[in-house]
Amino acid sequence: MIGLDVVFTLAGLLFAAFAVLNLVDRTNPKRFGNATFWGCYAATLLFGSRLGNFVNGCLVVVLVIVGGVGGLGRGEPRTTSTEERRASASRWGNRLFVPALIPPALTLLAAMLLKDVRLGGMPLFEPKNLSVIALGLAAVVAASVALFLLRQPIGAPIREARRLMDMIGWAAILPQLLAALGVLFADVGVGDRVAEILSRVVPLDNAFAVVSVYTVGMALFTVIMGNAFAAFPVMTAAVGLPIIVGRLGGDPAVMGALGMLSGFSGTLMTPMAANFNVVPAVLLELPDKNGVIRAQLPTALLLLVGNTFLMYFLVFHAR
Amino acid sequence: MLTLVGVLVVMVGFVLRLNPLLVIFAASLASGLAAGMDVVAIIEELGKAFVGNRYLAIVWLVLPVIGVLERAGLRERAQSLVGSIRAATAGRVLLIYFAVRQITAALGLTSLGGHAQMVRPLVAPMAEAAAESRLGALGDGLRHRIRAHAAAVDNIALFFGEDIFVAIGSILLMKSFLAQRGHDIDAFAFAVWAIPTAVLAFVVHGARLLRLDRRLQEAAHDRA
Repeated sequence: MIGLDVVFTLAGLLFAAFAVLNLVDRTNPKRFGNATFWGCYAATLLFGSRLGNFVNGCLVVVLVIVGGVGGLGRGEPRTTSTEERRASASRWGNRLFVPALIPPALTLLAAMLLKDVRLGGMPLFEPKNLSVIALGLAAVVAASVALFLLRQPIGAPIREARRLMDMIGWAAILPQLLAALGVLFADVGVGDRVAEILSRVVPLDNAFAVVSVYTVGMALFTVIMGNAFAAFPVMTAAVGLPIIVGRLGGDPAVMGALGMLSGFSGTLMTPMAANFNVVPAVLLELPDKNGVIRAQLPTALLLLVGNTFLMYFLVFHAR
Repeated sequence: MLTLVGVLVVMVGFVLRLNPLLVIFAASLASGLAAGMDVVAIIEELGKAFVGNRYLAIVWLVLPVIGVLERAGLRERAQSLVGSIRAATAGRVLLIYFAVRQITAALGLTSLGGHAQMVRPLVAPMAEAAAESRLGALGDGLRHRIRAHAAAVDNIALFFGEDIFVAIGSILLMKSFLAQRGHDIDAFAFAVWAIPTAVLAFVVHGARLLRLDRRLQEAAHDRA
């Protein structure tokens, strides 16, 4: 069975290559920092399941220190100039789009066709993670196709990937570190405390006020945690189930659906949701790391207001 | 109350714009220590949770193909293609992507998109090219604004599309959480009640994208 370990190994090898390329790159003034950073990250991907929790934790500490104190730099890896790219673009034309569309297309095909494929009684792919596994494998296929279809030098994919990765830098591990913080918060009971405080201040009998506390609370708690999935159990146990459903007789399906969507408004507003808001700002080379959040903010707020009214009108009349 | 000290550290750190890696680490230490864990236990827990969330690293596997395509001129090709369509504007290009992204996400195809796979190589360059062919060369300010909107479109369309698909993570979470508490609800019900918000998101954000076009035009006129 092909499981997540296969793609973790692929990703680990890629990051190990980034470490080596940086190590031998004399144009990068901080090449040892980059090599340490990507090397440690590669180790968590390649060996994370076998290393103990403490060793993994120490690798995380090294990542935090190197990334946190400005230990990462950028070299000047060889790539094409703007003129060369224009010339290449007019030479290959729309053929350039083919490899770009392979990862989404193959992921889609895999999700539809390979879900039930079995080999010797076992599913070929781990069913729960099929689409991420497919994405990882499709990306490798796409890079190989690009290499041959566009007659690129054999080292180009890894070299260019290193160039992009060094541009992204420490922001690359931010989503994973935030997820780890979320786990720790849950362990020590941050959610329970917030729920306790909220349940003390909610006005019990004003339906609109209760609905507002629930939707705005979902958004705010998501802003803090960076993830609506972390906010949902807390807010629903504190306000949604006991008051909206239990006391006021609301419909739990409506409450859940619109509550979760209120949380998504929060995701659009917070740097804690790093993979959605911070990583793209870096990836698109925006000088303002909050630029994406700024573009999303009006829509997020309007939708939060809209969701609050939708819930108020729908939750008590749905059945 | 002391358990909330980690949340406080995060908020203060982000407001002061300190390096997020250090802020998160400090918040983990503060939270853990406040709850009576020792430093070794906190580091163990961080290591375990970090490794437990490695699937977030898989997206970087697309960098080799995206990088090599950039080297071969993909972004330039995307720009010249859109630049040749006379009706194209930045807002309309983004609106079309919004619609496609939202509909495919609603069908469960959440991986047909993403910032590394689609926005950087295709969507952002196309939107920039559309604006450029109408308004002439863009200053950095406008260019960055268009790019920020390109990333925003991917997020908003995904978030308010995917919840219409029955087998998505958020719906399964709601279903199992409510089932544990005595409300056995068919996943389909959650999906149905996500539709009004999906429509609202399309209307609200679509209007903002068309407004973006007017703003860009004004900004270009002011410069001229």
